[in-house]
Amino acid sequence: MNEKIHVKTKINDDYVEFLCEARQSLLEVLRDVLDMTGTKEGCNDGNCGACTVILDGRIVDSCLVLAVEVSGKEIITIEGVANVDKLHPIQQAFLEQAALQCGICTPGFIVASKALLDRESNVDEGRIRHWLAGNLCRCTGYDKIVRAVMAAQENTKI
Amino acid sequence: MIRKLDDKGISKANYKVIGTRPIRHDGLDKVTGQAKYSADINLPGMLYGKVLRSPHAHARIRNIDAGKALALKGVSAVITSADFSIQSDKVIDLGEGAMVNTGFLSQNVMAKEKVLYKGHAVAAVAAESMHLAEEALALIDVDYDVLSPVFDVREAMKPGAPLLHERLYHSSTPFIRPGGLKDDSDNSPGSNIASHFVFELGNPKNAFAEADIIVEREFQTKPVHQGYIEPHAATAIWNRDGKATLWCSSQGQFTMRDQSAVLLGIATSNIRVIPLEIGGGFGGKTLVYLEPIALLLAKKAGRPVKVTMSRKEVFEGTGPTSGSFMRVKLGANNDGKLVAAEGVLAYEAGAFPGSPVNPGVQCMFASYDLKDVRVEGYDVVVNKQKVAAYRAPGSPGSCFAVETVIDELAEKLNIDPLELREKNGAKEGTRRVSGPVFGKIGYLETIKIAKSHPHYIEPIKRNAGSKVRGRGIASGFWFNGSGPACAIANVHSDGTVSLIEGSPDIGGSRAMAAMCVAEVLGLAAEDVHPSVGDTDSIGYTSNTGGSSVAFKTGWASYEAAQDIKRQLIERAARIWDVDPGQVEMDNGTLNEKSGTRRQFTFKNLAAVLLSTGGPIVGKAAVDPAGVGGAFALHIADVEVDPETGKVDVIRYTAFQDVGTAVHPSYVEGQIQGGVAQGIGWALNEEYVFSEDGTMLNSSFLDYRMPTSLDLPMIEAVIVEVPNPGHPFGVRGVGEVPIVPPMAAIANAVYDAIGVRIRRLPINPPTVLEAIWAKDGSGRG
Repeated sequence: MNEKIHVKTKINDDYVEFLCEARQSLLEVLRDVLDMTGTKEGCNDGNCGACTVILDGRIVDSCLVLAVEVSGKEIITIEGVANVDKLHPIQQAFLEQAALQCGICTPGFIVASKALLDRESNVDEGRIRHWLAGNLCRCTGYDKIVRAVMAAQENTKI
Repeated sequence: MIRKLDDKGISKANYKVIGTRPIRHDGLDKVTGQAKYSADINLPGMLYGKVLRSPHAHARIRNIDAGKALALKGVSAVITSADFSIQSDKVIDLGEGAMVNTGFLSQNVMAKEKVLYKGHAVAAVAAESMHLAEEALALIDVDYDVLSPVFDVREAMKPGAPLLHERLYHSSTPFIRPGGLKDDSDNSPGSNIASHFVFELGNPKNAFAEADIIVEREFQTKPVHQGYIEPHAATAIWNRDGKATLWCSSQGQFTMRDQSAVLLGIATSNIRVIPLEIGGGFGGKTLVYLEPIALLLAKKAGRPVKVTMSRKEVFEGTGPTSGSFMRVKLGANNDGKLVAAEGVLAYEAGAFPGSPVNPGVQCMFASYDLKDVRVEGYDVVVNKQKVAAYRAPGSPGSCFAVETVIDELAEKLNIDPLELREKNGAKEGTRRVSGPVFGKIGYLETIKIAKSHPHYIEPIKRNAGSKVRGRGIASGFWFNGSGPACAIANVHSDGTVSLIEGSPDIGGSRAMAAMCVAEVLGLAAEDVHPSVGDTDSIGYTSNTGGSSVAFKTGWASYEAAQDIKRQLIERAARIWDVDPGQVEMDNGTLNEKSGTRRQFTFKNLAAVLLSTGGPIVGKAAVDPAGVGGAFALHIADVEVDPETGKVDVIRYTAFQDVGTAVHPSYVEGQIQGGVAQGIGWALNEEYVFSEDGTMLNSSFLDYRMPTSLDLPMIEAVIVEVPNPGHPFGVRGVGEVPIVPPMAAIANAVYDAIGVRIRRLPINPPTVLEAIWAKDGSGRG
């Protein structure tokens, strides 16, 4: 057995400590060590975006980050997007616009969309399609997802 | 946009809930990450399982030695095919006309004497961690005797081709024979052709002789994968009393239970399957892969085991749909009347019999009112992954071929392609080549609405810089399915209803079922709380497949609500001490018809149920007939870059008769999603194999599914010609939208560059070669 490494980090504003093997990805630790299964595995090689998290303000595929790399950093996962009593406007828009079908890609899309709207305003359809091109959805054809992000943008302006 | 076309006798205007767009009940869990999918189950003491897969496309297994793997610290169990029950002559119905022979199913889950494709499961391991399980796999020694493989459907059909199954039974019907192998006394030469069958209507030979014009063309398609984002995973516990529990995501908890029980040789009731949220299926999650493996590993290890697939394993170890070779011949008169049709479909089944050639044959000419038709189908085994159902299985390939020839005929006859379809369109009373006669269908109505749509009326702007544009149209048909379905609805004292039904929810079907209950009881959709039951808590419900869920489970939910309504009327009558005939329920209120005209709202009566005779539970178990077929008509605009050969879809409109749209947003979603998959199939997706049968593009980077950047907005135009065979007029929606896109795009590409492309995908190399061949530039 490989020796485990002690990692201290911050996830969704909470200080978190965990033990992991050097070969374990952040995705694996989130799901299997911390039981935070909201972040999904679709490909484990950085091509589908289902495991998207925000790491120090940037979106990353958590399957491509080694868990030991997050020592001293800040992570936002899907579990940290909503407030205790209120959904994030993007989550609300996904519900209202029926922007999900099976829902497995939804956490990745919501985290990625949040990162976009956190940093940019007045994004148009083309910008949204570019930004989300790293997230695969096989159910919706993206139409309603793109519309949901546009609707969420309107709602965050208020 | 919804276009309602009322049929006589079917009231549409009075629905309160059907046709509205409430927020789906399971949505909150899915936007917050709380929803549990197959890989999200972690149990105390759980082990991790991984599967060893064949590096050869065709080989005999001489010996498997797992000694070194078992000796590795932290490894608890290894299984091979020797751990599976011996299978005899059984066939399991997977729905949609797909039958599976259990002997072949067992060998697909775990290879027995031979491996038949690269990626074929050979052994499995359970260990303390996933990484350890992977290390253990590398320590299993398998001694292979490598054999010659055969990959192409036409090569595999030739005499002398390498045989996958030396004694494969050859059938002359589209059905799979129990046993699947020849009788001992049958000494006919071996073949990879599992079945060859013919459907014939009228006298096509004579009819062709009288046609003014005949077009005959050949087509090829490659295997494409369903591409669900959630890889397969299964978690199992096997208790000492022989009872097992299985958590998995599938398109049918009951079929997972039944298939697993047969393969393990145990009673079905010994397995309880708990359905988790399913992260996409599209037909690909109807066969067992990991489920029996997880159960066996759990039994052997005496601990819970979770087995997962990597994305590469999903591509290499689970079913895509068939590659195919097809020939289509159509005859018409100069006035545009189609007079005869002939088709030959040869579909690859992969390693074991059971391609969707039968539904392919049934659907290919179904959009046309033809009297003289002949269609031949071949089901052929090759050294590739065993195919699984994929959205309207069989129909997208065969309709690609037919709809491309129709477009060519229209051009040759100088008739608008939509008018040609209208002139020859299937209607009530049209007999399909496979026998059934259409009841009320909405194909001509769909065409009519397309003709008045701006996308059809507005001319396309031909040039955009160096790029050229074109427009294409195509039709598609899917017969839709039904099957057994159950629902249980409990009335709560606060005036809400909880609904348990048996259909795994791939895209909003729980909301649909809740809306059917709400409609009957006069409640808001939000006051009905739906969930999907496990195999011990709800009655048998067939797969979420065949576009059957809104039809059958919608029907079961309707009946369960009617059962509640009946009991509420009896209860009110008892409380008022009147005959039940004196009570009626309308829009959520129970009324005494005469006398004192007392009233109960649903909420008021629900509140007193426990003190007036006990709780009320509605239930229904149905297996309804009355399915109505679905037709789609699509218009695609493409932009072709003649320099690179890249094709972009720039505008897309899909018209579809859905009967009744229960939740229009999710109906649109089904249409948009089907179109997106069809665009991927048309332009990019294919299994690319090396000469030794290695899949060269088994990742999402190289197996290029459409991204948000590749697609335009997709306009879904819902046409409602209610199905008289369903209480709410539902037809079934999910599958037919994947049928027309390949031909619509091929026809649009022709319109743009003047070259017919008859093999998929229409990717840049194919387009460039076609352009070069046409202009004789010799650069090919």
